[in-house]
Amino acid sequence: MPRQRSLFDIIGPVMIGPSSSHTAGAARLGALARAIAGGTPRQARITLHGSFASTGRGHGTDRAIAAGLLGFAPDDERLPDALSIARESGVQIEFVTGDLGDAHPNTARLELVDAAGRSHLVQGSSLGGGDVVVTLLDDFPVELSGELPALVVVHHDQPGVVAAVTARLAADVINIASMQVSRERRGARALMLIETDEPVPDEVLAGIAAVDGVLEVRSVPAV
Amino acid sequence: MSYASFESLLAAAAEHGSLADAAVALECEETGTTPEQVLTRLSETLAVMEAAVERGLSEDLRSRSGLVGGDGRRLAGAAPRLAGEAFVAALARGLAGAEVNACMGRVVAAPTGGASGVLPAVLLTAAERLGASRDAVVRALAAAGAVGGVIAARATLSGAAGGCQAETGAAAAMAAAAVVELAGGTPAQAGHAAAFALQGLLGLVCDPVGGLVEVPCVARNATAVAVALAAVEMALAGLEFPIPLDEVVSAMGQVGRSLPPSLRETALGGLAATPTARALASKLDNGYRRARDEGE
Repeated sequence: MPRQRSLFDIIGPVMIGPSSSHTAGAARLGALARAIAGGTPRQARITLHGSFASTGRGHGTDRAIAAGLLGFAPDDERLPDALSIARESGVQIEFVTGDLGDAHPNTARLELVDAAGRSHLVQGSSLGGGDVVVTLLDDFPVELSGELPALVVVHHDQPGVVAAVTARLAADVINIASMQVSRERRGARALMLIETDEPVPDEVLAGIAAVDGVLEVRSVPAV
Repeated sequence: MSYASFESLLAAAAEHGSLADAAVALECEETGTTPEQVLTRLSETLAVMEAAVERGLSEDLRSRSGLVGGDGRRLAGAAPRLAGEAFVAALARGLAGAEVNACMGRVVAAPTGGASGVLPAVLLTAAERLGASRDAVVRALAAAGAVGGVIAARATLSGAAGGCQAETGAAAAMAAAAVVELAGGTPAQAGHAAAFALQGLLGLVCDPVGGLVEVPCVARNATAVAVALAAVEMALAGLEFPIPLDEVVSAMGQVGRSLPPSLRETALGGLAATPTARALASKLDNGYRRARDEGE
């Protein structure tokens, strides 16, 4: 059961039908992947798993994910035409069905190439009522809901990096709502996922990027 | 967050004046907004509902599968044979709203996309019959939300978790309670209306043909409207359902958990497993495969 945050989760959300999980949630998953890639990708290969694979087509799951990748909100009336809009704007989107193991039945795996030619892998699930969770970011297992702005920090797995990054946020009075740290293996690349109560200003991002051991910082807005 | 029980919602209504006021008060407290902001957003939400129903009644809609579309308009254009005009108008609106949802139109999931035809149909028809002000209808939406919140807290609003009783059943209960309050009934009467509606749809399974939110979902929006209207009439006449709403809701949750997975949105049982439904589903699959091979 999705979390009931407010009256407008019961009388809402406003969405393009037919399904809050297969359409509205799929659109949010696309939007979250777009936010992670830093904008509309130029290429996307999307694997639909489980119920997304079997009934997604009839629910417009493909159109909804494409709409999210294009930056359309789940209630944008262009959503049903998102595949042709993507084609016309030169965004290549390919859908395949596949088995992603014991993932949630409503799961999609998005392999994106951004405008700068960099690749991103985003895997996530639609949990019902429009709630989503990204569970895999490149090689790192995560749990990202898109409810709050987030920071993705890729860094060397070395002592002191996590403390330096959180100290930088504390210095600017940015409250951390949640934080996850995972690594490829000891001493290799690691990923910090930090959800914050407010968006993180650019100068703070630059400050974090300058921390010794940090390889890359990305800001992922709430969707 | 929602009121955890109808009993606590009733207590808050006694303090604030009505179910609607209790709902707005809790929303303000939980989200740090003002009553004016909440009512403005509810009014915008109501406008989306109105537009969806209007679209379903005026446009020639057809879902991509071709299974549904146009029935709301057809019913609205037919002269009632037995029931009153308001009743048939409400059924037509229920179909129309659900058809807009099935046809990838813009709707309010209240509480879900699949059941999005019920609340607008009952509420807009009641508002027309009662000559209610727009402000009163906006507040009724808050009352509906409060009752839906109780159902979410005590049971579920998801067809995958609880069957159709959790979607159209919850929508009918929300609509019935809201309309009783709109018509001048007491919060306690609104609770009886919700209980009458939910008991009438208790056990209803979720068995979508081909897994689509079309058959029987669109028709079930209309039949849930009928149940909601029956519940409103009984409650406003002073009838009381002997089992308190909180217990009816808990029973719905219990029944939902007892339903086998084949009857919870998986399209493996019920109407979805009939020979005709299977034939339709395989025709759809072939159509999609052909469309994909042709590059659409």
